[in-house]
Amino acid sequence: MSERKQGQRDDPPDSGRRAFIGAGVGVTAAATLAIAPGIRLIEIAQAHSSGIHGGGLASSKQRWGLLVDTTRCKSGCQECVSACARENAIAPGSGRPSQNSQWLRKIELKEQRTGRELSLPMMCQHCAKPPCVDVCPTGASMRRADGIVLVDRHICIGCRYCMMACPYQARSFVHEPLHDQNPQVPRGQGCVEACTLCVHRVDKGLQPACVEACNKTGGGAMVFGDIKDPASDIAKRIAAVASSQVRADLRLDPGVRYQGI
Amino acid sequence: MLRLLAGLALLLALAQAASAEVPKPVVAIANPGKCVAPVEEMRRSHMDMLKHQRDKTLRQGERGAKVSLNACIDCHASKEGGSVLGSKENFCQGCHSYVAVKLDCFECHQPKATKTAGAKP
Repeated sequence: MSERKQGQRDDPPDSGRRAFIGAGVGVTAAATLAIAPGIRLIEIAQAHSSGIHGGGLASSKQRWGLLVDTTRCKSGCQECVSACARENAIAPGSGRPSQNSQWLRKIELKEQRTGRELSLPMMCQHCAKPPCVDVCPTGASMRRADGIVLVDRHICIGCRYCMMACPYQARSFVHEPLHDQNPQVPRGQGCVEACTLCVHRVDKGLQPACVEACNKTGGGAMVFGDIKDPASDIAKRIAAVASSQVRADLRLDPGVRYQGI
Repeated sequence: MLRLLAGLALLLALAQAASAEVPKPVVAIANPGKCVAPVEEMRRSHMDMLKHQRDKTLRQGERGAKVSLNACIDCHASKEGGSVLGSKENFCQGCHSYVAVKLDCFECHQPKATKTAGAKP
């Protein structure tokens, strides 16, 4: 038996077959420049050259982030919250306020010893290592290459594990049937949802609705941009001033940073 | 022989009754001739086209692609209600109720055309 195996292993390879396979690989590479199954050089080049603003695909060359200057965020101001609700067509449900969707909320804090008060918006922090994605049993909770954390409602089964895993309580479950959605922002009963960083606007080159409203009629406390681009406003600001991530001890590396907390 | 003929006549009458029971859906397209693919291809594969595109749009951020549910709705929404749902005369609902296939898209997606939808686009 062992002799037979030995004999098989020593058989000279079929050189004709090898040449044929080699030629096939060469032809494939020349035709599509395939570097791995499903990935072609042309797609990577397009994604990098045009960027998401040019109609390309989300790329890990970018990381969208937010910087909130809490010293400019006014107590009682709800401009960002109402802009978010308008943009994403979030309306209160029928009679159970604790079940209403909340993509963005304002938090009022007071330091007990000094009496310092501050106000800040809290939403999905778009973590680099999101626990909601880790726990999702179906893969519906996902992180785009450019750092935006989303729920794929097509495959979300509404189990709400992600809501329990999120340390920022950023996610909501839709309990009731919905109507009058924004055509760009599909939402529906039975799925978990959270701040999308207004991904439909960001892909068009616009800023999220909360940032736009804050800079127009609010305190001008929010800066949105690409953290990885050293020339962007947000990258310059976080390089110049002290900012921190909420629950940085969890080492989730959120894309939302706060100044003055 | 007589019984056989009577049986045949009954069968024919039944077949006629069955074909008369379910009328073909009335397909009225507000903006005809602008579809992304021929009618035969759309009828057979529109669900696959949308299913592939939805993953690309959501997960990779591809916008402005050839296939888009919102673009479908913009052309196919009825002139009266501005929607693809509502009655058997409306585009999506008409065919789907004829073939008895449940239409899940509009549990989440807005069935009205962008111009007439309640929320701002």
